[in-house]
Amino acid sequence: MEATAYETRDLLLNVGPAHPAMHGIIRILLQLDGETIKGADVEIGYLHRGFEKMCEQGGYNHAIPYTDRLNYVSPLINNVGYCLAIERLMGLTVPERGQYIRVIMSEISRITDHLTCVGASAMELGAFTVFLYMIKAREYLWELIEQVTGARLTISYCRVGGVKADLPEGFETRTRAVLAQVREVLVECDTLLTRNRIFVDRMKGTGTITQQDALGYGITGPFLRSTGANFDVRKQTPYLVYDRLTFEAPLGQHGDNLDRYFCRMEEMEQSMRIVEQCLAQLPGGSIQAEGVAGQAIAAADMVDAAKMGRIAEIAGTHPVTDPTLEGSNKPFHQRINAPEKRAVLPPKEDTYGNIEGLMSHFKLIMFGHGIRPPKGEVYQAVEGANGELGFYVVSDGTDKPYRVRVRPPCLPMMAALPLLLTGDMMADVVPTFGSVNMIGGELDR
Amino acid sequence: MSEEQAPPPVPLSEQLRARFPEAVIATHQQAGDDTAVVRRESLRAVAQHLRDEPELAFNVLMDLTAVDGLKLGAASRFEVVYHFYSLEQNRRLRLKVPVEEQDPTVDSLADLWPSANWFEREVWDMFGIRFRGHPSLKRLLMYEEFSGHPLRKDYPVNRRQPLIGPGN
Repeated sequence: MEATAYETRDLLLNVGPAHPAMHGIIRILLQLDGETIKGADVEIGYLHRGFEKMCEQGGYNHAIPYTDRLNYVSPLINNVGYCLAIERLMGLTVPERGQYIRVIMSEISRITDHLTCVGASAMELGAFTVFLYMIKAREYLWELIEQVTGARLTISYCRVGGVKADLPEGFETRTRAVLAQVREVLVECDTLLTRNRIFVDRMKGTGTITQQDALGYGITGPFLRSTGANFDVRKQTPYLVYDRLTFEAPLGQHGDNLDRYFCRMEEMEQSMRIVEQCLAQLPGGSIQAEGVAGQAIAAADMVDAAKMGRIAEIAGTHPVTDPTLEGSNKPFHQRINAPEKRAVLPPKEDTYGNIEGLMSHFKLIMFGHGIRPPKGEVYQAVEGANGELGFYVVSDGTDKPYRVRVRPPCLPMMAALPLLLTGDMMADVVPTFGSVNMIGGELDR
Repeated sequence: MSEEQAPPPVPLSEQLRARFPEAVIATHQQAGDDTAVVRRESLRAVAQHLRDEPELAFNVLMDLTAVDGLKLGAASRFEVVYHFYSLEQNRRLRLKVPVEEQDPTVDSLADLWPSANWFEREVWDMFGIRFRGHPSLKRLLMYEEFSGHPLRKDYPVNRRQPLIGPGN
């Protein structure tokens, strides 16, 4: 009797875009042999919003709110990168205090990004508790960000030539307290994950990439460092004040999901180290300018007085501004903004109080005026939470950027995803995709 | 970025010009970014040299994009812009390749740096520049039915396209 011959065929399986682990915006077409992945095709673009086209439509500062929405888990780093690019094009240097503030905010953002990434991928492997703990820690940090910028996600904090406002009173104390809380959470999560059999078994040896492949694909950030390649923009081409700070860029060995987890966990500690150093070195101290001369005047009263021409009383005063604008008035203005009329708006006391301030305000705000960098091009890279975040800006000498190109750090990783997945099992898609830390906003722009 | 570094004796772009006098049309070092403008025909030869020469070792193609020079008054309509990085030398270099409107084609670098694969697809998608020798040059961010190339300067920002999909 002849044995029955069974036909075997590969199975084509669509994962996403409407799949919770694909964040709703990625479609992976998997070629499966049983549960083994023989090939994969990745489709992106579901969140394309025309970022680069929109940037060409308005002035230079108009692009800043758009940059918030690139990597929406660490928006401050995008702000910093974009502003640094324009500043380099114009030859501006931000005062030291402004630079330190940018570093502090970038590193806090890096922690929130890693917390989200590790927390979400742990949740996708069943560790829901870790997710909740990490989101709790992220919440502490976001409260901190909210106190500085006035918003949690749509922060728009940086300006060309500086930042929107100085740090609020008591920032240093609160930050130190928050960092202590975050450290506690990280210890808890480390206990829950690092020696957890289920977690380690699913992370170890999956999503492996060699160093050579990672470099060829243009992968950067913790993902590249997990393969042992020592590349960190903050170290290799330091910007802001990173060259004055002591920190390590943790390296992995195997380039697998577990090493990426370790790199991210260690990077959070290093970021906290950077924040603490910055707080200690912060020029001008941790609290706002002390002993401000003159009396406080409410912002609305100042506007009314200026409208009626009673500017004499504005000269010696400083307005009490809304909490979200705190720290942007005259005593703080020079500490955080470059002394550059071509790019930086004058403090409101000057706009309302003297004709020079008013003119300089309108020269920057009026249609057809605004910030005008010289003709040319610049590529500025910063270390985003996912890797090298680059802004390539071309200026034609007018008040609108001619071209703004973002080099999104997670696009090369997504391009390498078929390579990462092939040979692994179906169940490994979730941890591998999680460790890529795909952020739709910057991937699809 | 914070401090001005002493410039190297001869910028890399100048060395490249000495090595490929025919290929390199122009060089500049604006804002500290070393740039060489390379003839389209010589792109692959120059790129291969950058990657394989042990003293250069540009093993990372960081970014690849294009600029539409329509309103810039440039001699050629497009410029494809490459940003290379060498991990060993910790050095960056920008290559620019002018491309004419009549024949918007450039050689693909996807076999030299795998990162070029998706970047070139994006440039095709956004600018309509073709890459000769690319393994599968299809749109990356826009959908297949989309007509036109949105980052071209003559593509109006407010143009609507018909909705696609079932029910439309």
